[in-house]
Amino acid sequence: MQRNALRLVDCDQRALALGLTRDLTLADARARIPSLIAIEAQPEADEAFLGRLAAFCDRFTPLVALDLPYGLLLDITGCAHLFGGEVALHGVIARWMRAGGLAIRAAIAGTPEAAHALSRFGAGGLVPVGQDEAMLRPLPVAALELTAETVIALSRAGLKTLADLDDRPSVALSARFGAELTVKLRRTLGREDARITPLRPPPACVVERHFAEPMLDKEGLEDVIARLIAEAGRVLEQRGEGGRAFEVSFFRSDGAVRRLMVETGRPSRDAPAILRLWRERVETLADPLDPGFGFDAVRLSVPVCEPLDTHQPSLDGQPSLDRRAVEDEAVADLVDRLVARFGRDRVLRFVAQDTHHPVRAAKAISAALPASTIAWPAPEPHEPPTRPLQLFEPPQPVEAIAEVPDGPPIRFRWRRLIHDVARAEGPERIAPEWWRDGSPEPMRDYYRVEDAQGRRFWLFRIGFHEPEQAPPRWFLHGLFA
Amino acid sequence: MQPQPDPFALADLRRHLAEAALRSAPAAVGQVSFGASGLDAALGGGIARAALHEVYAPATADLAAATGFAVGLAIRAAGLRPILWVRQDVVDAETGRLYPPGLTELGLDPGRILLVRARDAEGVLRAGSEAARCSALGAVLIEPWGQPRRLDLTASRRLSLAAEGSGATTLLLRAGVSSQPSAASTRWQVAALPSRAQEANAPGDPAFRITLLRHRGGLGEREWRVEWCRDRQSFQDSEFREQGAATGRQPSANEDRASPDAAPLSRNVVSFPADRPAAAGGEDTDIRRTG
Repeated sequence: MQRNALRLVDCDQRALALGLTRDLTLADARARIPSLIAIEAQPEADEAFLGRLAAFCDRFTPLVALDLPYGLLLDITGCAHLFGGEVALHGVIARWMRAGGLAIRAAIAGTPEAAHALSRFGAGGLVPVGQDEAMLRPLPVAALELTAETVIALSRAGLKTLADLDDRPSVALSARFGAELTVKLRRTLGREDARITPLRPPPACVVERHFAEPMLDKEGLEDVIARLIAEAGRVLEQRGEGGRAFEVSFFRSDGAVRRLMVETGRPSRDAPAILRLWRERVETLADPLDPGFGFDAVRLSVPVCEPLDTHQPSLDGQPSLDRRAVEDEAVADLVDRLVARFGRDRVLRFVAQDTHHPVRAAKAISAALPASTIAWPAPEPHEPPTRPLQLFEPPQPVEAIAEVPDGPPIRFRWRRLIHDVARAEGPERIAPEWWRDGSPEPMRDYYRVEDAQGRRFWLFRIGFHEPEQAPPRWFLHGLFA
Repeated sequence: MQPQPDPFALADLRRHLAEAALRSAPAAVGQVSFGASGLDAALGGGIARAALHEVYAPATADLAAATGFAVGLAIRAAGLRPILWVRQDVVDAETGRLYPPGLTELGLDPGRILLVRARDAEGVLRAGSEAARCSALGAVLIEPWGQPRRLDLTASRRLSLAAEGSGATTLLLRAGVSSQPSAASTRWQVAALPSRAQEANAPGDPAFRITLLRHRGGLGEREWRVEWCRDRQSFQDSEFREQGAATGRQPSANEDRASPDAAPLSRNVVSFPADRPAAAGGEDTDIRRTG
């Protein structure tokens, strides 16, 4: 629905041949071609498809960007020779796309804008080095992707092609149409180069294997991954770095791409350890790696690298590190294995928070993250525990009988069981943190109580016993050891 | 004139001393002592360090006590090394999640704990045996829920072998199930015990009634009453032994005091219904609004 009418968003070749155009209202189009097949536009689905296509194109270069709404931009600098040069790469991509049932127009040019203009408004194809201007000058001004008003204004001024624009002094153009126009013109004509922003940031280290035949064999695949990991380890070692994350991408021959990531708690290039993590990760997959008709290529990329010094083993074969460091290492290894198997959010460590609110006093964060520096409040010596070992969140409502107006409960019912209170201490009044909650949460009076069997509970009361007021409510918040 | 001692400096000093004591306890010694003289004497010094031990809670309501007892054992076993705790998600729902300030109150720095949350018993056992093989850990606490089929004799044998190999004391914490045959070196049943009252009848240090159900060394079933003393990082049984029968009488005396027709109800009392009317309960209808 655009400008109060259903309009055609796009037409295929046959519709164009019949004289339909974009932006025509659906009613007009139906009047002209009664047998028109109209399908509702789904921009989200289009974008998702483009995203999948971008993932597919990852096999040609790691730098792929979406050129919404209709295109993809591939930065093939330094990649083309792997496929036998730019012409061959152009051919390879075109063949793949045709095999997938897509009609594409691809252009290879010196700058992203030039390639975009050529593929959308020119014939596509390859721009020989240094010929950018000659090839692009005849294109219409619309190729600059300016606003519709600017294009109309330019054409009214008689400026139809990029050549017309280029021949005018740029000062006058930018005075009339803004600096954007001259920048775009310079970029499209290849005089200024701005790199694309890739969809996925380029990894610090990439190693990959392309197979002559689609690879189906599971053991063979693991062997390939082991070699890739060893290769990446060597590359990282030369740089004096270690990876914090390792991502393996599987490019299936039908175009689907599967990516799996393993993470380590500290920089690592220890190939056997990484391979072990990788096996853990694969074992826990809910949907196992499906080779389909085989994998064309496997890539190992290391998105995050950090400096890692080489340890020098001592000459007598004894580990040169002290016991503590070795133990820390062993624990970090264990954490990595557990993270690979159970996921980041399941292997946790506790960090203290700077607050007196009982629920917010502690947080569990992923053990892979660094620990905080806030110290845990030290307990009072000679005093019994004032905080429970287990905490219910949210607190559980209980029925309680208590001395009025603010005595501890005498008996309470929790989970259908009556507990008679033998010992109690309280109240400890804890005010809400209004500066965080925003809403006026009521004050809580906490009591430590012990029942006749010796079970210890942490209860609190909201509200007071006052005439004409709703009776206070009791909650059980935690259990003491 | 004697200078007033700074309470914080004292607390600090105590902690340092406790840590020093833990550090000096040689890891090579193959036993974890309780610190309670009577208990240690009966067990011949303590329980084996490189072994699997089981801690049962007879009822779900005692799980907090059993957990506290296991934390105490883990503190004594681990020294300054990290403790790995594997917990099944259901346990959090049933007994509340682990609350770090409460661990601090028992004398364990929560920063030393690695918590693994597993969805099912299989995950718990897998993470548990992986951890039990790691010699850098001071202790491993494994907390599955109920009686999973996977936790059979073979599984416990595997855990036991892993602990023997690595030297990490492995504690299997189990709630709501009756004692099962297993390969554990010792098996304990832990229930809450009324604590020694503080001033103004406040609850005191955590106290447990512990029963040795099985001992590989051949000790018969026996029961002790112990208390966990955070400041000394040890269990204590002297207070309960000295008071002897008096301590044993205490709970029943309290029961009397809290029973419906005893003293408390003659005070000003009112019941507060929570999510349903208290009148629906039955037992407490007759004692509503006596004041």
